[in-house]
Amino acid sequence: MGIILFELALTFYFAATVISIVEVFKGSKESSQLMLIAAGLGFLIHSASIIYRYATAGHLPITSMHEASSFFAWCVVLIFFLLEYRYKIGIMGSFILPVVFVLMLSSSVLPRGIHPLSPVLQSYWLGVHTLLAFLGNAAFAVAFGIGIMYLLQEHYLKSKRLHGLFQRLPSLQILDEINYRLISVGFPLLTLAIISGALWAERAWGSYWRWDPKEVWSMITWFIYALVLHVRLTAGWRGRRAAILSIIGFSVILFTFFGVNFLLKSLHSFA
Amino acid sequence: MKILVIGLNHKTANVELREKLAFPGQKLEDGVFSLKGLPEVREVALLSTCNRVEIYACVGNPVSAADTIKNFLSSFHNIIRNDFETSLYLHAGSDAVRHVFRVASSLDSMIVGEPQILGQLKDVFDFALSKKTTGVLLNKLMKKAISTAKRVRTETRIAENAVSISFAAVELARKIFTDLSGKSFMLLGAGEMAELAARHLMNNGVKEVLVANRTYERGCELAREFNGRPIKFEDFPQELIHTDILICSTGAPSYVLMKDQMTRVMKERKHKPVFIIDITVPRNIDPLINKIENVYLYDVDNLQNVVDTNILERQKEATKAEKIIEEEVEKFNRWVSSLDSVPTIVSLRQKAEEIKDEEFEKFRNKFPEMDEATLKAAGYMATAIMNKLIHPPTAALKEDTEDRDELIAMIKKLYGINGDDNEE
Repeated sequence: MGIILFELALTFYFAATVISIVEVFKGSKESSQLMLIAAGLGFLIHSASIIYRYATAGHLPITSMHEASSFFAWCVVLIFFLLEYRYKIGIMGSFILPVVFVLMLSSSVLPRGIHPLSPVLQSYWLGVHTLLAFLGNAAFAVAFGIGIMYLLQEHYLKSKRLHGLFQRLPSLQILDEINYRLISVGFPLLTLAIISGALWAERAWGSYWRWDPKEVWSMITWFIYALVLHVRLTAGWRGRRAAILSIIGFSVILFTFFGVNFLLKSLHSFA
Repeated sequence: MKILVIGLNHKTANVELREKLAFPGQKLEDGVFSLKGLPEVREVALLSTCNRVEIYACVGNPVSAADTIKNFLSSFHNIIRNDFETSLYLHAGSDAVRHVFRVASSLDSMIVGEPQILGQLKDVFDFALSKKTTGVLLNKLMKKAISTAKRVRTETRIAENAVSISFAAVELARKIFTDLSGKSFMLLGAGEMAELAARHLMNNGVKEVLVANRTYERGCELAREFNGRPIKFEDFPQELIHTDILICSTGAPSYVLMKDQMTRVMKERKHKPVFIIDITVPRNIDPLINKIENVYLYDVDNLQNVVDTNILERQKEATKAEKIIEEEVEKFNRWVSSLDSVPTIVSLRQKAEEIKDEEFEKFRNKFPEMDEATLKAAGYMATAIMNKLIHPPTAALKEDTEDRDELIAMIKKLYGINGDDNEE
């Protein structure tokens, strides 16, 4: 049952991603709607699969890489739909759904077994810490897609070749505004995630900070986004620079997420 | 009864001829009534714009009616037939329907996709309705022309992109700023194109207008016109710090704004985006300024390129529109043929038979004890009543009167016969 739900969600996301890529080359109102429907169905089924797994395992399904990737993807779709609801920018899907699909695909190839929760994770902090971290990172993931859209639209305007996606991409101001909003929501979430993690670490391992690779890389991420916000407010680093920084920031997050778990030895690699 | 279109437009006639044949002001009403008075014309409407003059009519015989209308044009406008006859086009039947739909959808316009014509056609329709010069056929034609035009507008992107330089400037501004209200705008110098663009920007609600001119007095004049604030020409770089959109039309022999200056301005305004339009030839703003982050500089050639691409884009959309129009013409033709009296008589009879059979069945079920002979007699009676009831409308339908179209439409309505009509 859980497997069926997961595979079904993956299939719908795949369909949505394919449509979203077709959308780039040959968009219409219908294809845009179809993409949203496919992604929406994927999201509902995905939610069901997470709830099902929660019920089966008895704890939040974010303790293996398989679960974490899947949950990360779920948070990204959630934010995507919130933005879609507010701004109605169909073409946004083409820049965000592929990220979702890649996350889901990596989740699907990772071992899927349900492990009993190790004693150190048995705490309400698990929910608090991970939810904050995932939602924050998902906001940054969407900011990454928006950043690419900004650079593309800026390129059209600067080069004065107004073909292709120019008409369907929203204005620079809107893209910059969305980027700013996402980062100013993501940043406090990340901050709280790190603080709650430190508090939890003190309870579980006896110290707030242990220079664990995950902790270090999260701190680097935190500094990057702190910088993004700081230079925007003080030096007016908006638009292009903000877009580039949010693309760099998300690359670091991806490394923190996958790289640290696979390449470095960390207290955070659980599976 | 046939629909006839007879007219001329910017493609078939020059301005001079169009002016001679136009119906401005009171002439429109006079023209419509004179046309309506012609013995062969049963319904009529008249469109007269600067690009076209067209007469829409419902006539018995299109060939002789066209001849009569040409004579009318000649005498009404005091012009010899030979002078304008070759410039006229003539469409009858479904060609006429197609023509009207294409005109309404702006496929026949000078600039494909420009929406003014639809409004003008609506006025024609309203005028004809209020003066009662049209009937079933033309009313339906006008209604369908308007709905077809709307369909074309929503299902294709024919009217989406700007096709004039000044609109292209506004469109670009929207791709940078979204909403122009709350943005401030500076007009540097004067000139027709610059002022036109300025007006479009104002219509889009820019918050503040600054006007700088080499001669301060002229600047003040312009500022009054735009409800703006005049500033000294030397001060304009300083004021750029608070300006989001700049239109430059100074006509100076050299650059009035250099890259270094602009870099400083950008720093002071914390890199908030600026859109600069340089309308002058030779250019008055250092083209290198486009390289500065968050500055978007467009000159006349750039804008013209945008316009050219958009026109090409519209032409691509026009082929999609033609398909929609074919569909709608097809639907309209089906409706017209359903108006014919024979199918109406057949469906009237069918409807009556249905009712009779249904009621007879009910009657038989209600009195199962009734014997064959009585039942037969009752059946005869029912048929006789039915025949008597449908005889007068059938007879009226068979007569070839002037208002037969209306009669058919009315009978269909009264008896609830739907035919092939897709009324929305």
